[in-house]
Amino acid sequence: MQNRASSIEKSRLITRRVFMLAAAKLLLIGGITSRLYSLQISDREKYELLSDKNRIREWKTPPQRGFIVDHFNNILADNDRVFQVHLDLDQIKNFNEVIFKLKNILKLSNNELKKIYREKERLKPWDTLVASDNLNWTQFSKLNLYLHDLEGVKPVVSSSRFYPYKDSLVHVVGYVGAASQKDIERKDVIKENLVPGLKVGKSGIEYAKETQLIGRYGIKRYEVNSSGKRISQIDYIKETQGEKIKLTIDLEVQQLAQELLKGKAGSISAMDIYTGEIIAMASSPTYDPNKFTHGIGHKDWGEIRDDPLKPLVNKSIAGLYSPGSTFKPLVALAALEFGTIDPERPILCKGHKHPYELYGVKYHCWKKKGHGYMRLRNAIKQSCDIYFYEMARLLGVDRLAIIAKRYGLGSNILKDLYFDEKKGVVPNTLWKKNAIGKSWYLGETVINGIGQGYIQTTPLQLCLMTAQIANGGYKIKPHIIQDESIDYESARLKIAKQFVNETADFSNDEKFLVDRDYKLYERLYRNPENIKFIKDAMFGSTNEQYGTSYKSRYDDLKYQYAGKTGTSQVKRITEEERKLDLDQSQIEYKNRDHALFIAFAPYKNPRYSISVLVEHGGSGSSGAAPLASKLIKKIIDRHSLREQIKKGSSSLA
Amino acid sequence: MLTERLNTRNYSLFEKLKSVDYFLILIIILIGAISVFAIYSTERGEFSFYTKNHLLRLLVFFGMFLVLSFVRITFWYKNAYFFYAVCVSLLFITLFFGLMASGSRRWLDLYFLNLQPSEIMKIAIIVCFARYYHRIQTAEIQNYKFILVPLILLLIPCYLVLQQPDLGTSILIAGTGVIIIWLAGLNIKYFVYSALLLIVSLPFAVSLLKPYQKSRILTFFNPDRDPLGAGYQIIQSKIAIGSGGFFGKGFLKGTQSYLEFLPEKHTDFIFTLFSEEFGFIGSIMLLLLYILLIYRIISIGFYAKSFFSKLFCFGFASAIFLYIFVNISMVLGLLPIVGAPLPIMSYGGSSMLSIMLGLSIVMSCKIYSQDQISNY
Repeated sequence: MQNRASSIEKSRLITRRVFMLAAAKLLLIGGITSRLYSLQISDREKYELLSDKNRIREWKTPPQRGFIVDHFNNILADNDRVFQVHLDLDQIKNFNEVIFKLKNILKLSNNELKKIYREKERLKPWDTLVASDNLNWTQFSKLNLYLHDLEGVKPVVSSSRFYPYKDSLVHVVGYVGAASQKDIERKDVIKENLVPGLKVGKSGIEYAKETQLIGRYGIKRYEVNSSGKRISQIDYIKETQGEKIKLTIDLEVQQLAQELLKGKAGSISAMDIYTGEIIAMASSPTYDPNKFTHGIGHKDWGEIRDDPLKPLVNKSIAGLYSPGSTFKPLVALAALEFGTIDPERPILCKGHKHPYELYGVKYHCWKKKGHGYMRLRNAIKQSCDIYFYEMARLLGVDRLAIIAKRYGLGSNILKDLYFDEKKGVVPNTLWKKNAIGKSWYLGETVINGIGQGYIQTTPLQLCLMTAQIANGGYKIKPHIIQDESIDYESARLKIAKQFVNETADFSNDEKFLVDRDYKLYERLYRNPENIKFIKDAMFGSTNEQYGTSYKSRYDDLKYQYAGKTGTSQVKRITEEERKLDLDQSQIEYKNRDHALFIAFAPYKNPRYSISVLVEHGGSGSSGAAPLASKLIKKIIDRHSLREQIKKGSSSLA
Repeated sequence: MLTERLNTRNYSLFEKLKSVDYFLILIIILIGAISVFAIYSTERGEFSFYTKNHLLRLLVFFGMFLVLSFVRITFWYKNAYFFYAVCVSLLFITLFFGLMASGSRRWLDLYFLNLQPSEIMKIAIIVCFARYYHRIQTAEIQNYKFILVPLILLLIPCYLVLQQPDLGTSILIAGTGVIIIWLAGLNIKYFVYSALLLIVSLPFAVSLLKPYQKSRILTFFNPDRDPLGAGYQIIQSKIAIGSGGFFGKGFLKGTQSYLEFLPEKHTDFIFTLFSEEFGFIGSIMLLLLYILLIYRIISIGFYAKSFFSKLFCFGFASAIFLYIFVNISMVLGLLPIVGAPLPIMSYGGSSMLSIMLGLSIVMSCKIYSQDQISNY
């Protein structure tokens, strides 16, 4: 009985405790449920996000660079498909082994290997290294074949800059190269678009118009597993191409200009004298920008860098030269505007035996025998130095500087477009005091009158100067990137408009004799007769006997142009040298004169101006004028085509 | 000399079949089916190694469960101590001849199966305690002598399992044992005292833990301490469950497991995978199935005549609850990761064997519920 009682009591106890336990269990189940609730319902979004972050990786695809085209829509900077090898450093366990395998598959050279190792030092362990960015198809297909054996190695089809006209435009268009730390810091748009192997502009338009050209990166979203391996592509936002930049350059003219300068150091610039469109801007020697795209080799770079003719310098805007006699039309114009000379006053040039003297210093004319009695028109035409010495003395350097600045000398022409553009120097008394700290000597004014001394100009400035004389003395805005708002007709209209309410008498307008800013298409002269006089004198210089560029003239009215030669000394000529009277070919290359030539064409109804500079090219008439003459023909031949394109594009727009 | 008078009678086959708990079998089949789908999902919907093995084991052990269900409950009563002794011996052998895997010796190579004796021990300890307390009067339970013996019986396997080392299983065995001792009627004050003692001795216990065990516990309190190392599992598991949302990502669509962010997804983290794919609804359903299973086992205990049967059923139900609770809390980040499988769901032969064995004894309690087992 006792057993039974005990047994019943035991059963009762255990039942009681089972119920207690069951209650506790329900409580705990409740706890689990509430936890599930909080994870799966309250915080669901947070965990969904985390889950997506886990499984989705984004890869940026490189942006497509915008094209750069010329006036005729020839693509000057194109994009080409390239095959690349990328290495995901965080996925490579044994770097040396992978590189060894790659070396055997792709037949990499020791130099390329060194480059890869150098690059690896630079990068963070989770970065992507572009081991090679320009494989040929054989290498690329071979790589794909061995891919299973190469963890972390990615074959990538990308696009890269390609310049179909190679070395014809490098100084205008520029080139691209791998984005450096400096590039990334320079522009936010580069930072945003940064992908492994991104190429950015390093010079020229490529550099200046980076923001417009770069385009926008694409995004490829992949689902990845825990070890980062791509499982599937879930999304692809396609990269977009940058804006197309249309230049005012005419490829054929540019190519001819470049061709004319072959083997020489120098520059040719050509410009529309009404619109300010730069049609050609050649600089020589040149180099192939395609070499820079995939990282230039040591040897190639050395050749370019150490070339004594300095191919890296864009001589049209970054080369500074004394303008020599090409400055004379402007000196004459200044003297006429200020009325300091009577163009009919004769001045005698007696040759080297009786040079021009000022305070006991002798100044010689270039012509040994002398020119005899010269009036202004003849002095320009035959480029008589004696006449200009005297004229400059009467004019004074400060007045000359006012006119020189007005016509485009001494300041940046293309503003901030080219970081290497130089301003040059238009000296005056104040300038000398500030820059050198000495007062001006009259002798310096005298040599300034023939474009020597402190004055420093770029060939493009001379081209602009010529343009603004040729168009009748109106301010234009030179540009190299197409500006739809500017065309010939509207330019002529704007020029004409300013005379609607004016009297025809220009003789006493003092407003045009002071240094000030001029509006676009505002007249730059005091008296239009003075401009006409200069243009006529330049006509004589090319088209009349004894003119300095008479040999390079065209008799055909279509091509007939007016020009002015210049021969600028790079070294002072000593008395002994003057006595020896050496021919330029007998002088050491670096001491030879620079040959210059400026011109506008056609003479009747001019449309284009041109400036030619050949470093150490001897005299302007033999070294520069023939080049200009060839190019002028080409420009005029292409004039109607150019107009058609312009009209076509504006009617389309 | 102890004599056992067993009050038994003969049952006809019809009677036996009639008293089989078909509801329990249905629940087992349901959970089993779910487990096959879950394992199938871990293999990204491929019917290969794990799924095949799991299905095979499920079928074999389910068959075993059906057969063993008809073994008389008195058999288990009679052989309880022997069963316990065999398991302890196996644990002992395992320590010396066990298979080494990832730093611990837990398995015995039995050719057809790598047996994990600690899993069987989970059942053996319940059978052993049920037998032990079956004989003891309520008054005697509070006696020190009768406290000491079960404590020793419990500590031996716990110590051996801890030596493997396998903290999770050891805790589960100890937990099961302690619950049964309480169910048997030991005064609550002893548990309070022990708890206090445990808290006091905690610093010493921690010093005895292996470095990886310590790191797991520290990581539990702050998973971000080492997000790619020890904390990784907890973080990834929470992400998987949380991102499942209310309805889940859908069968075979769990990205966390599919993309291998989830570790141990076949075994300890099978609930995570299930919850990611079937969401809050699915998880609650699975929990309900488990609650029904436990409820069913407890109700079988109620109707059983013998104290042995009662204690076994209640003990086993509590043990199953403990396994489920520890496993799910662990993957939900509520408890440190200690390595505890989810009954039936987790891939693993020994765990399955042990659960099926326990269930067959429960079924035996049901079929032979009228069996009286005399105290003396």
